[in-house]
Amino acid sequence: MSLTILKSDKSAQAGPVSVTPARASVKPAAAVIPLRSGKPLAQVAREKLEAVAVAVIPPLVVLILLLIVWQLAFSRPGASLPTPLTVWREAKDLIIDPFFVNGSQDIGLGWRVLTSLQRVAFGFGLAAVSGVLIGALIGQSVWAMRGLDPIFQVLRTVPPLAWLPISLAAFRDSAPSAIFVIFITAIWPIIINTAVGVRNIPQDYRNIASVLQLNSIEFFWRIMVPAAAPYIFTGLRIGIGLSWLAIVAAEMLTGGIGIGFFIWDAWNSSRLPDIIVALAYIGIVGFLLDKIVAAVGTIVTRGVQAS
Amino acid sequence: MANNSYLKLEQIGKSFSRGPATTEVLRDISMIINEGEYVSIIGHSGCGKSTLLNIIAGLTPVTTGGVILEEREVNSPGPERAVVFQNHSLLPWLTVYENVALAVNKVFAGKKSRAERHDWIEHNLQLVHMLHARDKRPAEISGGMKQRVGIARGLAMEPKILLLDEPFGALDALTRAHLQDSIMEIHMKLGNTMVMITHDVDEAIFLSDRVVMMTNGPAATIGEILDVKLQRPRRRLELVNNKAYTEARAAVLEFLYARHKAPTIAA
Repeated sequence: MSLTILKSDKSAQAGPVSVTPARASVKPAAAVIPLRSGKPLAQVAREKLEAVAVAVIPPLVVLILLLIVWQLAFSRPGASLPTPLTVWREAKDLIIDPFFVNGSQDIGLGWRVLTSLQRVAFGFGLAAVSGVLIGALIGQSVWAMRGLDPIFQVLRTVPPLAWLPISLAAFRDSAPSAIFVIFITAIWPIIINTAVGVRNIPQDYRNIASVLQLNSIEFFWRIMVPAAAPYIFTGLRIGIGLSWLAIVAAEMLTGGIGIGFFIWDAWNSSRLPDIIVALAYIGIVGFLLDKIVAAVGTIVTRGVQAS
Repeated sequence: MANNSYLKLEQIGKSFSRGPATTEVLRDISMIINEGEYVSIIGHSGCGKSTLLNIIAGLTPVTTGGVILEEREVNSPGPERAVVFQNHSLLPWLTVYENVALAVNKVFAGKKSRAERHDWIEHNLQLVHMLHARDKRPAEISGGMKQRVGIARGLAMEPKILLLDEPFGALDALTRAHLQDSIMEIHMKLGNTMVMITHDVDEAIFLSDRVVMMTNGPAATIGEILDVKLQRPRRRLELVNNKAYTEARAAVLEFLYARHKAPTIAA
């Protein structure tokens, strides 16, 4: 018990001072304050419930209102889009059970999302590792920046799908092509943010490194990565968002069993309710991906920039 | 004072070039610092005293001349010339202990066992009275405490020379006095060689064996070197009416404000 209080104490103190670009939510601090003040359990529970209610009720009300408007707008006969009730009636199996398997192409959307996520994991993972390394190089070396930065600034404006034909030609297979599209989409913000972070490392930290005679590997891990972490995580967060945007589009063209291809398939067989359910899945997963990267960033960068 | 001419500055000159314009910051700085000596370098802002310290540290290359430590020229940074920076420069993502450990683990990598290094880190934190805050991060401790940790990190490298760059400049007067007392105590106990940059006359005289007074830039150089003939240990309160102290103080003030006024005041 005493241990947990000690721990929450620490995080509460570190919380408000470590303002980082990657940090967006103030929930962790709010969650530990009641413990610190030592209020009775019932009151703590009530306060927590209130906090949850404040966060959940407004969007829920708006959602219900939107659904009602949608229902009214498209309920006349011959409407071009299905109403929420039609979606519920016709795509109930997709909504209720994300993980059913009725055949090779008749599977729950959860499986399809997982397939897409796997591609994103490969592409984004590659982009994260190489993006941080290239970004560190550009941030560290003036000549690398002069040489590479203008080229990157041009390349990063190329839309993800414009890379697809050339990667199909290069890899002669759709699976690595889709991963390459993710990679090339996600890498630019990671490179650019890492480079900015590395360039902004205070001279003092560099002086310490040179007095201690840290070699470049030690400098990278001990000084550069932690000092630039807030920037790196900003880049990773933008990158994961772009990856998720790109995978859906790429899968529409490359096929397979991802969520993107599902939408394309549903469009071809005029299953509009299925498309709407898939959109909801994509939105929620994208939201969760963003929150996960942000949360990891908050944990990792705790304390940085608070000097 | 066993080893004379421990650290030698030989005709150090430094110019910065930006395009066609060249600014000469330091010219012809020569002096000898003995082992165990506490030397302060004092001068008006912008006279190049921090540049001089960075040259001794090896962080800034010289244009002419050189720095010789124990008969060997030094021209790159190294842990045998540890620096205590003005704004503490602790790494904010590491705890107090880890900040010192980063230095100790690097400097004593092959020379001390893991347990010895741990004891050495704690010993140095104890020396600056910061062991109680070993698991705190820099953001959680006060400015004076951060500077104490900075000093502990410098001392823990077991440097031949400890370079202090306006170590108390950013602190309030009371905290500053406390830290000056701590530094004096440490200097008495360990007898290490220290070179300190300051613009505080009292601080310079209180702590130093010799006070180096710099002329104003451009092309600043050593104007005068004052021997502070005060017995150690020195006590702040007793010095107020001490004749040698007031004379030394008057000499430095005379140099700084009568003969070498700050450029802005002179203009």
